[in-house]
Amino acid sequence: MIAAFSSWFALFFSAVFTQNILLTNYLGMCPFLGASRELKTSFGLGAAVVLVMTFTTPLNWLLYHSILLPLGLEYLALIAFISLIAAFTQLTELVIMRVSDSLHAALGIFLPLITVNCAILGASLFMVARRYSFLQTTAYGLGGGLGWMLALLAMAGIRQRIAKNRLPRGLEGAGIALIIAGIMAMAFTAFTGMATPA
Amino acid sequence: MGLEFLLGVGVVTALNTVLALLLVLAERFLADYGPCTLALNGEKKITVAGGRDLLATLKDQGVFIPSACGGRGSCGLCKVTVLNGGAPLATELPWLKPDEIARHIRLACQVRVKHDLSLQLPPQWLEIRQYRTTVSSLRDLTHDIKEVRLRLVDPPEIEFKAGQFIQFEVPPYERSDETVYRAYSIASPPSAKNEIELEIRYVPNGICTTYVHRHLRLGDPVTINGPYGDFTLRPGEREIIAIAGGSGMAPLKSILLDMAEKEIARRIRYFFGARALRDLFLLEEMKTLEQRIPGFEFIPALSKPDPMDAWNGETGLVTDVAARYLPDASEAEAYLCGSSFLIQAAIKMLTSKGMPRERIYFDDFG
Ligand SMILES: Cc1cc2nc3c(=O)[nH]c(=O)nc-3n(C[C@H](O)[C@H](O)[C@H](O)COP(=O)(O)OP(=O)(O)OC[C@H]3O[C@@H](n4cnc5c(N)ncnc54)[C@H](O)[C@@H]3O)c2cc1C
Ligand code: FES
Repeated sequence: MIAAFSSWFALFFSAVFTQNILLTNYLGMCPFLGASRELKTSFGLGAAVVLVMTFTTPLNWLLYHSILLPLGLEYLALIAFISLIAAFTQLTELVIMRVSDSLHAALGIFLPLITVNCAILGASLFMVARRYSFLQTTAYGLGGGLGWMLALLAMAGIRQRIAKNRLPRGLEGAGIALIIAGIMAMAFTAFTGMATPA
Repeated sequence: MGLEFLLGVGVVTALNTVLALLLVLAERFLADYGPCTLALNGEKKITVAGGRDLLATLKDQGVFIPSACGGRGSCGLCKVTVLNGGAPLATELPWLKPDEIARHIRLACQVRVKHDLSLQLPPQWLEIRQYRTTVSSLRDLTHDIKEVRLRLVDPPEIEFKAGQFIQFEVPPYERSDETVYRAYSIASPPSAKNEIELEIRYVPNGICTTYVHRHLRLGDPVTINGPYGDFTLRPGEREIIAIAGGSGMAPLKSILLDMAEKEIARRIRYFFGARALRDLFLLEEMKTLEQRIPGFEFIPALSKPDPMDAWNGETGLVTDVAARYLPDASEAEAYLCGSSFLIQAAIKMLTSKGMPRERIYFDDFG
């Protein structure tokens, strides 16, 4: 039991820090560069990614293990996962719109945007490739989302700070953001000493 | 092999059908807000289909709310009292003062109609209508400002106050795939009820201005709605300081023509800012107005005259020029029109000359 929990936690931890899907796999780059100018928007976008990744990764696990695998249709995983993610984001937006306007304004408006976020699809494909169990997948989905959000918020914080700094013309915007992302990725590997996934 | 292929197609089809069905059901039960009743000022009641924002819903019912951004939440003009609409969204807060929030004021474009709503709007807004017009003349005033005259077709006449603006409807075209609305001040006097004149400055890549400058032709139909705004002459005897730049000329021209027609004689100094000579326009009209309105003086200022301009008038930023003319502005009132930058600079200058903030009226073009 304790062993199970510690493996669960180690996986969660590595998904947030050492194996951060954004910084180690460079997945979800477009919104990371496009929506990281302001902490406030980043927060809404990040929260939406956490929500969607936490739910779609385990849902895709169920889809894969209860339908695709038994029927020998593993090669359809990509298409099936995309469909499920797209339906999930649309459904969630309708629900949020119904229950709360302020939640919709803060978070719901980002949902259509992240239907095509490759970090979310990536998490589902990785959980298959790495043969995670259902519980591990849940931990990985939540951790992956939080990790993505953490990287986005850190980037937004840094970009807000340097907004007024003078940069060489060619480095403005995406250029400097990519350099910062590289440094952040190196910094995140420092967490490796603290926990290694089982 | 063939069987496996069929199985694959079958499973993907089945999966997508189930997901689509779920979405259809969700649309049916979650996104359908049914008919909602909107009560306007406690008297007029209209029934509408819920689900869209209040600004668009009301527009479809022929009730026009002032808006300069066309519903993007970026002008703050569409304020209505929604008695049972709940708290404002984060997107609205920059536009609402604490006392307005306490009085249940919301931005109509940010309120989604989900249930019956009880609304209060100024009664004159119910007079705002949509007009079909045709382009009766197009003229270049400068290299980037066009004068557009619109002849009213249906209804054939419009009532407005000098200084007010209308909204110009831009149909979908190559630069935008939806109908958008932009605000333009009327430059003609209210006495001309069957034809209005606009002065539209080209904004690079702008949706509406590109449409007007590159696509609009004589005789084309144009739909407008209005009139809106309270940038109008306040009655009284006070001296008037007017400061404008670019297309900010438009509402002031309407106000001046109206004063000339009504023989209102007040001391007016009108400072008009432009970059170079090629950005100045309507100089003849202003000369004529100087003769028609005793006490009116037009003072153009060039910030960057071209050496070829042979300019011997005022030079410098228009606000700096005005500052040189005004040792003390505490007894006057001011009308400002143009970019946000110009308006902020002018307010700063005028208050430093002793003018109380509440006697400075302005129209911020953005
Ligand atoms: C009350 C009111 C009255 C107005 N009256 C007039 C008028 O009489 N004549 C007139 O020409 N305009 C007037 N405007 C401005 C006008 O409503 C539009 O904002 C402007 O014409 C640009 O519209 P667009 O669709 O071409 O540009 P958009 O497609 O809306 O904008 C394109 C880009 O240009 C920027 N932009 C928007 N407006 C301006 C601007 N004015 N200057 C520089 N950049 C801008 C935007 O930020 C955006 O990045 C008025 C605005 C208000 C609020
Ligand atoms: S219409 Fe401009 S803020 Fe609502």
